[in-house]
Amino acid sequence: MHKDKPRRKFHPVYLFLALPFACLLWVPLYNRIEPTLFGIPFFYWYQMLWTALGAFCIVPVYFYEERRRK
Amino acid sequence: MSANPVSLTVFLCLFALVACLGFVATRWRKADLHSLHEWGLGGRSFGTLITWFLLGGDLYTAYTFIAVPALMFGAGAVGFFAVPYTILMYPLLFLCFPRLWSVARKHGYVTAADFVRGRFGNRPLALAVALTGIVATIPYVALQLAGMQVVIAALGIPTTLGGIPNLPLIVAFLVLAAYTYASGLRGTALTAVVKDILIYVTVLTAIIVIPTQLGGYEKVFSSIDPSILLLKPGTDGNLGQGFSYASLAVGSLLALFLYPHSLTGLLSSASSGAIRRNAILLPIYSLALALLALLGYTAVTAGVKGMAEYAPGFAEFGNNFAIPALFLHMFPSWFAGIAFAAIAIGALVPASIMAIASGNLFTRNIYKEFIAPGCTEAQEARAAKLASLGLKLGALFFVLLFQTSYAIQLQLLGGIWICQTLPAVLIALYTRFFNPWALLAGWAAGIVAGTVMVVQLGLKSSIYPLEIFGLTIPCYAALIALALNIAVGFVLSLILNATSTAPRRDETIASDYIG
Repeated sequence: MHKDKPRRKFHPVYLFLALPFACLLWVPLYNRIEPTLFGIPFFYWYQMLWTALGAFCIVPVYFYEERRRK
Repeated sequence: MSANPVSLTVFLCLFALVACLGFVATRWRKADLHSLHEWGLGGRSFGTLITWFLLGGDLYTAYTFIAVPALMFGAGAVGFFAVPYTILMYPLLFLCFPRLWSVARKHGYVTAADFVRGRFGNRPLALAVALTGIVATIPYVALQLAGMQVVIAALGIPTTLGGIPNLPLIVAFLVLAAYTYASGLRGTALTAVVKDILIYVTVLTAIIVIPTQLGGYEKVFSSIDPSILLLKPGTDGNLGQGFSYASLAVGSLLALFLYPHSLTGLLSSASSGAIRRNAILLPIYSLALALLALLGYTAVTAGVKGMAEYAPGFAEFGNNFAIPALFLHMFPSWFAGIAFAAIAIGALVPASIMAIASGNLFTRNIYKEFIAPGCTEAQEARAAKLASLGLKLGALFFVLLFQTSYAIQLQLLGGIWICQTLPAVLIALYTRFFNPWALLAGWAAGIVAGTVMVVQLGLKSSIYPLEIFGLTIPCYAALIALALNIAVGFVLSLILNATSTAPRRDETIASDYIG
């Protein structure tokens, strides 16, 4: 390994990036019909909701990195 | 089916508009297109917004827009895996790709194989990565053309014109080839903007109009066979469909980012900030994809499969005809023309980026590396243009000579193969632990294992039922092969690092990766 740069310390904000994986890869969590939303079974609207939540999970990490760059 | 003059006119006008844009793009941000950086990466000049359009057009292909709803239409909940797959790729994009962008910028890398060459100084490994990329891309381009064929048929254009079979497809292909040759990634980026606007107009209209006309989503879901509405839960001896669903999502997202066309799109952005911002903005496409996937269900509710006028389409294209049939059935003809143009242009954009990406790979990692090491910049760019043309011709012949099912099967294999470049490309971004020869051995093991598994499954599925201690684990073959690949690479690296005295030839340093 190179020694020319110290290894960056892990910051807990990066855990946000693991959240979507935990919530979408554990399928039994959402593999059900109820509760439905506008007639859409849970299985479908839960995952559609995560298209937005997944993006929001990146936002805090983005701002953390932006601040660190300055 | 006979052609509807209104939808055909709308379709042809939009198609012509996009083709013109492709040529006009040679003048956009004028630069010397005789250099590979300009032709093949758009001068690495695209900001957040253009990158958003370009990657959106690149990652969410026409074939996706036809095949995902078709899978839902035929198989139910399983087809929805495309949604978690496209959500989960963004955290990965956010973490890994700014690093790759930085090191590529610093050293002028155009392809993933360029990076592997620089990181490990090992030509056979770089060649393996380049060849995997090219071979995996051809069936992908072929599928885009196949998607276009479905639309052409749905418009009622006869497949044989003036005695020449498949003339419409050949014409569409020539348009694609000509503007890609002339303007490279610039032309593609401009057409991507039009394509995405058309796609969004189509999707939004479809998801508002169609379910309303059918009596709401409640009615739509109640018309679906309850046994396919959810994934089948596991039993004592079998982890069940839930596991294969998750493994498909993970394997597909890894594969997608290793495909050459994704990297070409990413490297063309002007800053690593543009990539990181796009990790936040691109999921809008995932929502569009999810809504489109649900259209597969509305096609069931509308009952298009039982309608006599669509029977020939279903006979020829199977469930891939579900969405075109739904549009024909539910939309006025002028809007159907817009929707079909969106899909056809949606095929042109990724096909063009794929061809450019493969052209880059061929030129940088085969032509310049092995055939003409001393070539000039202009020769390099010319070789890439010709290679991309050759690749498109290959894909066209593939579609014309073989059944589409071969392209689908090869695409299935391609996804598994491209996954096997992960240790040499993505893991290598973080560590130099792996020995290049060990990586090459792991790559070979992964390719062979993945191919054997899919062949055992009769080239019909990529979900391999792995048996461990009496427990059946239905898992995406790409992940099993990748696990073997990494294990082989790891063990051999331990041995080789301990015994070998060969010097490391890494031209990159840690600070190259941050920026």
